[in-house]
Amino acid sequence: MKKEFRVIADLLPNNSRVLDVGCGDGSLMNFLKEEKNIEVRGLELDQENVQKCINKGLPVIQGNAETELHQFPNQSFDYVVLSQTLQAFYEPEKVLKNLLRIGRAVIVSIPNFGYWKVRVKLLFFGEMPVTKTLPNTWYNTPNLHMCTIKDLFKFCDEKNINIKKVVGVNEDETSLIKKSNLEIKNLFSKLGIFLIG
Amino acid sequence: MPSLAGLFFWMNRKIENINKITITKPLKLDCGKTVKNFPLAYETYGKLNENKDNAILVFHALTGDQFVTGTNPVTNKDGWWVTAVGPGKAIDTDKYFVICANVIGGCMGSLGPKDTNPENNQPYGLDFPVITIKDMVKAQESLLEHLGIKKLLCATGGSMGGMQLLQFCATFPDKAFSAIPIACSSSHSAQNIALNELARQAIMADPVWDNGKYVSKNVQPKNGLAVARMVGHISYLSEKGMQEKFGRKLQEKADYEFSFNADFQVESYLRHQGYAFVERFDANSILYITRAMDYFDLSKQFKGGLVEAFKNQNTKFLVISFSSDWLYTTKENKDIVIALNASGADVSYSEIVTDKGHDSFLLNEPEFLKTLKGFIDSMYEKFKNEKRI
Repeated sequence: MKKEFRVIADLLPNNSRVLDVGCGDGSLMNFLKEEKNIEVRGLELDQENVQKCINKGLPVIQGNAETELHQFPNQSFDYVVLSQTLQAFYEPEKVLKNLLRIGRAVIVSIPNFGYWKVRVKLLFFGEMPVTKTLPNTWYNTPNLHMCTIKDLFKFCDEKNINIKKVVGVNEDETSLIKKSNLEIKNLFSKLGIFLIG
Repeated sequence: MPSLAGLFFWMNRKIENINKITITKPLKLDCGKTVKNFPLAYETYGKLNENKDNAILVFHALTGDQFVTGTNPVTNKDGWWVTAVGPGKAIDTDKYFVICANVIGGCMGSLGPKDTNPENNQPYGLDFPVITIKDMVKAQESLLEHLGIKKLLCATGGSMGGMQLLQFCATFPDKAFSAIPIACSSSHSAQNIALNELARQAIMADPVWDNGKYVSKNVQPKNGLAVARMVGHISYLSEKGMQEKFGRKLQEKADYEFSFNADFQVESYLRHQGYAFVERFDANSILYITRAMDYFDLSKQFKGGLVEAFKNQNTKFLVISFSSDWLYTTKENKDIVIALNASGADVSYSEIVTDKGHDSFLLNEPEFLKTLKGFIDSMYEKFKNEKRI
């Protein structure tokens, strides 16, 4: 989702040092490098994706974020980005704590399970929702811990994690999400992008 | 079949015709001794371009030599890395200038224990100084100077070659734009020291070895050396790979012979590998080179440990390991990655899934070769751009 990349790039200052956890084929890393001259590093599990990053000349470490984040020293990056993978971890809380240790700030984006189409699907059709941002069916989804924008807000509050900024993305529109508009934005955002730490 | 002495004579004659330089600059070895005016044999492939920005230095492994690809003129067999290096291959010699030198302590033309000791005009044998990985690397740096290469596009090597590479980057942090250590370690493990000791003891137990003095008699402790090579060959394969390749298959026979001949294919394979090796390698060289590997401990060299060794690195690293390699495990390779990360270096890492064991880096492993090619080609683009700026 190009819009997501744009929002993430806008949250990051030029020339900063960024670790992209679950960097896939390196599209976001490439975008950040070209747009903001960001010094990027990636962590990626899949061999084919790792190779794609290497072919593009992007530094990438093959490894599992669930078990191998310990290799990155404390505060070794300005920012750590986790794009739409938090819900796929066995222990998202542990991973998030690790990201906050490695980066001075963390950007987490989540597919919003509170989006109205998702709610409709479950409420009226009684089926697990399959949408553009949630393309898998219940039996082959990698997503273990789906949550809504409101859930992640609550989580940060409970765990004393400082929320600096939250952006909701719906199609081509983006909007700032605050406590005051949380209910409505939680209904109309496909994606939530959190800047925390 | 020529006699072994005849074979030696023939090999030595061939070795006299290979490329070498004489390094006049005295080299102070880690053991405290100094060598000077010594030969360093090397080979190059491809052409160095005008900007001198397409040079790739390859470090060879324990039993390798400078003949990376094409036909080795001494053994008449394929070069040891013919799968990866050559025209149109992952390390494309139509595009890049590939350099490889025989390590000192070796036996393919560089200064080694079978050379003549100028002090007594006898072959060195055990009077040859104990050398280290660092000594090997320093000698090769002189070759780069000789070739007029200020900065390599890339340096790479597997196994002991990878260890030389790590040492090279730590000792000469500005000499390589990029580096690919493959299936190696930053310090030799207890298991690897033990296996090397097994190889050395096999050689020393052969009466022909005679405290290393066999050279002047034009003989070779071939039984001991063959066993040493067999130990190596077992460690280069994986349990699964060996089972799949040999299983319990018998060697050209229907049933057991009830003897100690090579009934099993795996036995026959080891004997063949062992005895083929004695025709091209010097037993004392194995002692010296394995010792250099055992002494290798990069974190010991630097007070702050491995992180300190890689401090101020501008080199871009790609570390590669193989999932079934039990000699230089994924964990050991990852420790290198962790240290590079901690020192802030630019590092990539890939673990190739294969059941071919440590040998994988010499074999036709498509994922490995693709990764190698992708990295080198992208680094070349970056290096050219950087030089332009």
